[in-house]
Amino acid sequence: MSTTSLAARRLRQNLVFALFRVLMLIVMGALGGILLYVLIHGAGALSWEFLTEPPKNSMTEGGIFPAIMGTIYLTVGAILVALPLGVAAAIYLSEYASEGKVLQVVRLGIQNLAGVPSVVFGLFGLALFVGYFKLGISIAAGSLTLGLLILPTVIGAAEEALRQVPDTFREASLGLGATRWQTIRKVVLPAALPGILTGSILGIGRAAGETAPIMFTAATFYTIGLPRSPLDEVMALPYHIYVLATAGTHIEATRPLQYGTVLVLISLVLGLSMVAIIIRTKMRKTKKW
Amino acid sequence: MMQFPQAQALRVDKADSLAEAVSGRRGMTSTQREVWIRRLFILAGFFSVIVMALIVLFLFKEGLGLFFDASVSDFLFGEFWYPTYDPPDFGILPLIAGSVAVTALSSFIAVPLGVGAALYLGEVAGNRAREILKPAVELLAGLPSVVLGFVGMVVLAPLMQEWWDIPTGLNVFNASIMLAIMAIPTIASISEDALHAVPRDLQEASLALGATRLETLTRIMVPGAMSGIGTAVILGMSRAMGETMVVLMVAGGAAQIPGSIFDSVRPLPATIAAEMGETPFGSEHYHALFAIGIVLFLLTLGFNLVAAYISHRFQQRGAATL
Repeated sequence: MSTTSLAARRLRQNLVFALFRVLMLIVMGALGGILLYVLIHGAGALSWEFLTEPPKNSMTEGGIFPAIMGTIYLTVGAILVALPLGVAAAIYLSEYASEGKVLQVVRLGIQNLAGVPSVVFGLFGLALFVGYFKLGISIAAGSLTLGLLILPTVIGAAEEALRQVPDTFREASLGLGATRWQTIRKVVLPAALPGILTGSILGIGRAAGETAPIMFTAATFYTIGLPRSPLDEVMALPYHIYVLATAGTHIEATRPLQYGTVLVLISLVLGLSMVAIIIRTKMRKTKKW
Repeated sequence: MMQFPQAQALRVDKADSLAEAVSGRRGMTSTQREVWIRRLFILAGFFSVIVMALIVLFLFKEGLGLFFDASVSDFLFGEFWYPTYDPPDFGILPLIAGSVAVTALSSFIAVPLGVGAALYLGEVAGNRAREILKPAVELLAGLPSVVLGFVGMVVLAPLMQEWWDIPTGLNVFNASIMLAIMAIPTIASISEDALHAVPRDLQEASLALGATRLETLTRIMVPGAMSGIGTAVILGMSRAMGETMVVLMVAGGAAQIPGSIFDSVRPLPATIAAEMGETPFGSEHYHALFAIGIVLFLLTLGFNLVAAYISHRFQQRGAATL
């Protein structure tokens, strides 16, 4: 190194940094390419009718309204499961737990739960909720499965939000004579609320896009009308895409509908992530405690 | 005359707050409530561990049924997967080979791109570029897998067929590209966090000694962040191995040991997803699919434990360990 001139070292640096830039460009190109392609091909299929009508003519015409509603039911159900459990677990991690073997086991559990493949969640949901609890293939079974799937996401975001609340807040509250629970409820949680919300939005986005966990627990190819109870099966956007693209007898004829459905799903999922990212960036900028 | 609280009631060490200790009479119930609330939260903390245990329990409960009739080695190393033949064959070697093929090739694509993107974000990009690119990488992570499967099927497959004149565009290579797109954000964001965690003074010391930014990067930052980057790569591989929709839609679905990257395969998750819908509840085939679930669960669990071990064992503990 000492023998190479400064100019040569500079040149090498510029070359390698240019390579990194190219790698980043390829990644962004993949994202941009996919989004643009779906936008161009899907925009033509979008219409008021497409969003508000059920499928017609053995799925070759009409809209995707029941699938949109199904996805909303499933994700709302999932967040109803994951939010209380996730925030409670995060409160344990941030407010109650002390370093040690117990905490290690809990963290390992959460990390590994996050790594369980989505199709295994599907099998689990099928065995536990559909079979053992006899919920059948239903919104309830699908929501519970998705709720457990997004639990680690919600825990992670909520814990980060709780940890960002400065300790001086807690000390002030405890010093005034509040109990630990009063401090958490009246001081820590309100301060962490925006962060927790961000986490739940990310969780909702994740739940809305998942297919494998609902394939055997909630989703069905076609329903007449909307579900009437949580024990009914539903249509869902991701499953609708999968079925139209692979299993129909009119795969080519339904291509425009497929693009349209993909566009709606992407807008929903990426819209939610974008909202979460913007809230978080704003928060990081404005928060000065 | 002033009333002092009774001495035995003032037990600050047992109470959760001073107010409780002073108020004495109300103190006991309030303390008890705090204790119960604490227990409730500990339980909530353990919920993830409980769910993991339930997953293991139910996978084994439904999957072990297969092994009353078939041996474990016939299952793992059997070369034929003909679940609907009479008699059926439940050999998952071709399925494992399919999973290994797409996981290996996709890491081969995703690791340079993911780590490269992280190095760019962490060390090369200016503040303004980073503020746009980091969320963009997160958006990429948010793309639903069924969308990537769809794009692979509808866009990439016909192109591949045309370019290379191969019988099908639904093959190992196509699936690996789509899986790589899923794994890149995982690899990039964890690697970037790891780079970020390398102590600033090390970097400054290197630059002050006259090293260029590149030399500082390759000799200080990357070695310092190595455990994090290793964790990132393994988690990315784990994600690729467990991902379902992409391999279900794009890998082609042929249960064979691939001879080239243009062969069709049927990885483990794809097999479960494709066949569970048409399988009678409680049949041998149903048990076999759960047994595949066990294998898949253990494989990804193994990846995740190795990742956790690496990040724990080789954790950067201040500047002194370098």
